Amino acid sequence: MSSEEQIIQLTPEICQAIDQWVLKYPPEQKRSAVLAGLRIIQRAYGWLSDERMRALAEYLDLPPMDVYEVASFYSMYERKPIGRYKLAVCMNISCHLCGSDNIIKHLESRLGICMGETTSDGLFTLRRAECLAACTDAPILQVDDRDYYKRVTPEIIDQVLEQLHQAGRKKGRDDAT
Amino acid sequence: MQHNIVCFRTRHLDQPWSLENYRSVGGYKQLERILNDKIPPEHILERIKQSALRGRGGAGFPTGLKWSFLSRGKPIQKYLICNSDEGEPGTCKDHDILMLNPHQLIEGMIIAAYVLGTTVGYHYLRGEFWHAFQRCEQAIKEAYQEGYLGKNILGSGVDFDLYNTLGAGAYICGEETALIESIEGKRGWPRFKPPFPANYGLYGLPTTINNTETLASVPVILQHGAKWFAHLGGKENGGSKIFSISGHVNQPGNYEIPLGTPFSELLNIAGGVWKNARIKAVIPGGSSMPVLPGEVMKRTRLDYDSLSKAGSMLGTGAIIVMDEHTCMVNALACITEFYYEESCGQCTPCREGSGWVTRLIKRIEAGQGKPGDLDCLEQIAKGIEGRTICAFGEAIAWPVRSFLKHFRAEFEYHIEHGCCQVAARVR
Repeated sequence: MSSEEQIIQLTPEICQAIDQWVLKYPPEQKRSAVLAGLRIIQRAYGWLSDERMRALAEYLDLPPMDVYEVASFYSMYERKPIGRYKLAVCMNISCHLCGSDNIIKHLESRLGICMGETTSDGLFTLRRAECLAACTDAPILQVDDRDYYKRVTPEIIDQVLEQLHQAGRKKGRDDAT
Repeated sequence: MQHNIVCFRTRHLDQPWSLENYRSVGGYKQLERILNDKIPPEHILERIKQSALRGRGGAGFPTGLKWSFLSRGKPIQKYLICNSDEGEPGTCKDHDILMLNPHQLIEGMIIAAYVLGTTVGYHYLRGEFWHAFQRCEQAIKEAYQEGYLGKNILGSGVDFDLYNTLGAGAYICGEETALIESIEGKRGWPRFKPPFPANYGLYGLPTTINNTETLASVPVILQHGAKWFAHLGGKENGGSKIFSISGHVNQPGNYEIPLGTPFSELLNIAGGVWKNARIKAVIPGGSSMPVLPGEVMKRTRLDYDSLSKAGSMLGTGAIIVMDEHTCMVNALACITEFYYEESCGQCTPCREGSGWVTRLIKRIEAGQGKPGDLDCLEQIAKGIEGRTICAFGEAIAWPVRSFLKHFRAEFEYHIEHGCCQVAARVR
């Protein structure tokens, strides 16, 4: 946490998106929207800074710790900047039996990074994923916590990297919902 | 054998998830009948009990009995929760229900809510299911538009509001009390039980939690009758079940077939073991369940009681097949590493023990095992089992103990020779 209390306010768009989630819960249970709030902020900025987490806590009338402890518990939250695209490869038993090790090796050599690292151009971060519940289509790659690529092979990986490479240069981050 | 007649009954259609297609197979007819005829909730509860429907999320608890725990008459807010936090390695059936037949889950939830006397429901999807979440958002929107959800459903005076919520990456949230904590916006730390959710659940109020497949089965049970459903399977093992068969088979996939189907039949449906290899081992219910030798599985039927007799459990119905070239030390290392990564850290035996067993197994795999390591592994596994707040402790202990029970010689070979028996044989 930075020592100087930098005041950051959430944008109106982000507040609006969070409000939609607050409405799903009883009025006195705004805390229920913490997970969604963090996801919305991460979607907009790519990661969760301490300042923005504090801003979320303030917005939901919570002590900052209630937000930090959630952000540090769940694996999809990024508390440090990562690459433009997160590539998560499942390494659990069904994917493992179907060759996910080779997929990781291929990604590591294509990207020139090891598991957990980010490419020097800031485009890709490589992650280990825990079971993504698509075991009958193993091995599985998930991009940016959303899109599944099933039964991936080194050839499919090459195509995906090529597509993302081109798309990543053109556009910035997408919607904040 | 009849396939895809319960949760996957729209699967053969183009755009199986659409409201129109769901209606074409009788969708929302049961809800309409119940509300129009004012069928008493107790009658429906009785049907569910007669159907022998058991929870499809892993524990296999009788659904009717679970529903009867919630005291309907209590004049306070009660909640219904659907658990779509699918993540037990090998399991991927609920995702298909959400993508292919979301309206059936919604109808099942509305009927369950009517029986339980709850007016608010939450459908919790794991965070990685973004696309399934979008599909369910759309389906809920349609259900509101058609008057199936909201206040005064179809003019009956019954209210039910349903909301989709998302997790953010935590296997433990599949445990029902951890899931409740997660909906409350907290870390997914399981709660001590008792009190059980039926008394103290979401926001401290009475709550019933069911798995996706369980709830989605309800409309079909009511359409065709409890007897019909019960007779699909065997005694106390009613209905059909979606089996996710993965690993070393030619056609891995989700197959909805009657409970009690012989494993060998499912293996045939899945195209047999790949590459003409022989079968070595099978985990029949998701990776936390005890492994069984392939030969034992070939003689076993796929239902709760048969698998329990064979020394394992039906669990989520996720069947992981391993061929003769699989190194069991390597496979176990992969399994325990998952539980090590996903331990929520609340209970010491699980938090520390999952790391100890994983490091020990990896050491053995790397050829640096020592005499006594296997006894040590057993000791640690026993030390975790039964000593944690939730069943996660068993989820680490059972694979370790069952792999050692059935494949001990392979572990011993690794320790003695410093290399893999399977790899040596292939060479």
